[in-house]
Amino acid sequence: MNAWTALLLRDLRLARRVGAGAELGLVFFLILVSLLPFAIGADQRFISRIAPAFLWLSALLATLLGLDRLLQADEEEGVLDQFLLSGTPLELIVLAKALAHWLVTGLPLSLAAPLLGLMLAIEPQAMAPLALSLLIGTPALTLIGLIGAALTVSLKRGGLLLSVLVLPLTVPTLIFGATLVKEAALGRPYTTPMMLLGGMTLLMLVIAPVSAAAALRHARQ
Amino acid sequence: MNDARPTSWLQLANPAVFNRWADRLLGPLVIVTLGLFAYGLYGTFFLSPADYQQGDTVRIMYIHVPAAWLALFVYAGMVFSALGTLVFRHPMADVAQKAAAPLGAAFTLVCLITGSIWGKPTWGTWWQWDARMTSVLVLLLIYLGIMALWRAVDDPLRAARAVAILTLVGAVNLPIIKFSVDWWYTLHQPASVFRLDGPTIHPSMLKPLLIMALGYLGLYLVLLLVRMKTELTLRRIDRLQRLAAGIPGERA
Repeated sequence: MNAWTALLLRDLRLARRVGAGAELGLVFFLILVSLLPFAIGADQRFISRIAPAFLWLSALLATLLGLDRLLQADEEEGVLDQFLLSGTPLELIVLAKALAHWLVTGLPLSLAAPLLGLMLAIEPQAMAPLALSLLIGTPALTLIGLIGAALTVSLKRGGLLLSVLVLPLTVPTLIFGATLVKEAALGRPYTTPMMLLGGMTLLMLVIAPVSAAAALRHARQ
Repeated sequence: MNDARPTSWLQLANPAVFNRWADRLLGPLVIVTLGLFAYGLYGTFFLSPADYQQGDTVRIMYIHVPAAWLALFVYAGMVFSALGTLVFRHPMADVAQKAAAPLGAAFTLVCLITGSIWGKPTWGTWWQWDARMTSVLVLLLIYLGIMALWRAVDDPLRAARAVAILTLVGAVNLPIIKFSVDWWYTLHQPASVFRLDGPTIHPSMLKPLLIMALGYLGLYLVLLLVRMKTELTLRRIDRLQRLAAGIPGERA
C-alpha cells in the first residue's frame, strides 16, 4: 500500500470514528429539505419548481460544513509537516484529502438525492439526472473548498471566512448543475450543461491541488 | 544611487526610494486628475447632449461606465501584483495589492449603485438579475473575500502570499463566472430588457466618457500611491512598536 492510499484510508477512518462520517452529512441534508416546506408552505407544485435549485444549494452548504477542519487538524497536530517531509508531492496529498472529503460528503449526497427529490416532488424523469448532476458537480465544490481550506489553514476561526472566499467561486458549478436538473425536469436535452459541469470539475481538478499546495507551502514559511 | 532615477523597477523595492518617487509623482498627478475631472464633469453636464430616449438620465453613464472599467482594471493590476509577490517576491507588490483591493471594491460598488440608480428610470426597477449586473456583483463578492483574507491573517508576508494565490484563482475563475452567468441569462430570462449596447455611441458622448475614464484612472493612481505610503508607514510603526516592546526575533 503506498502513501497515497494509506492517507486516503486514514482520512476515511478518521471521518467515521469522529462522527463526521457520511451519515451526519446526510442527516444535515435531510433536515435542510424538511425545513423547506415550513419556510415556503406545502404547495407541492411550487416546491417541485424550486426543488432542483434548492437541492443544489443544500449540497453546496453540506459540502462547506467540514471544510474548515479539512487541513487544519493536520496542521495543528504537525501531520502537515510530516507530509512536507515525506517526499510525496503535496499536490497529491491534498488531492487525497479532497477525495476522502468527497467520499463522505458529495458521494452519499448524490446517491441520496433522488430520494429527497421524491419528497420534493421532482419530476420522475429528472431523478437520474439529479443524481448524475451531483455526482459530476460535487467534486468541483469540494475542490474549490480545498483551496479555501488551504488559504485559511492557520486561522483559528476560519469557517466563516472560508465560506466567503469559496462561495463566489462556486457560481458556475451551481448554474450548470441546477440548469441540468431543471432542463431534465422539463423533458429537454441536458447534454450541454452536463458537459460544462464536467468541464468545471476537470478544471478544478487541475487548479485546486496546485493552488492548495502552494498556499500550504507558503503558510509554513 | 540615493537620489538618482530608479534605473529599474527593482530599485523601487526599497521603501525609502519608493516613498521619494511617490511624493514626487503625487503632486502633478493630483493636479492632472482634478483637471480631468473638472473638464470631464463639465462635458458630462454641459457639452454632451441628452439622449433622445432617456433624456438627462443618460448622464449617469459618465459616472457609471468608467467605474465599471476601473473595477476590472484594478483586478488586472492585482493579478500583476500577485505574480510580483509569488514569482519575483517584490516587496512592494503586496503593498500595492493590499492598497488596491478596497479601491477595486469601491469602484465595483460605485458601478453597481450608479447602475441601480440608472436602472430605476430606464428599466423601471432598481435591480434586475441581468447578466452584466450579476457578474459585477460576483466580482464585488470576490473583492470582499480578498479584503477579508487580508484582515484575517496577522503576518503581512503570509497574508500577502495567501491573498496572491486567491487573486490568481479568482482571475482564472472570473472569465468562467462571466461566461456561465451570460449563459444562464440567455437561457432563463426573456430578452425583453432594454439593452444598452444597442446603438453605437456618438462622438459627442464618447469624448466626455473617455475623459472621465482618464480622470477615474488618475484618481485610482493617486489613492493607490497614498494608500501604499500609508501601508508602509503602518508597517514601520508596527515594527518599531514590536522592537520597543522587546519582542525577540525582530530587527530594526
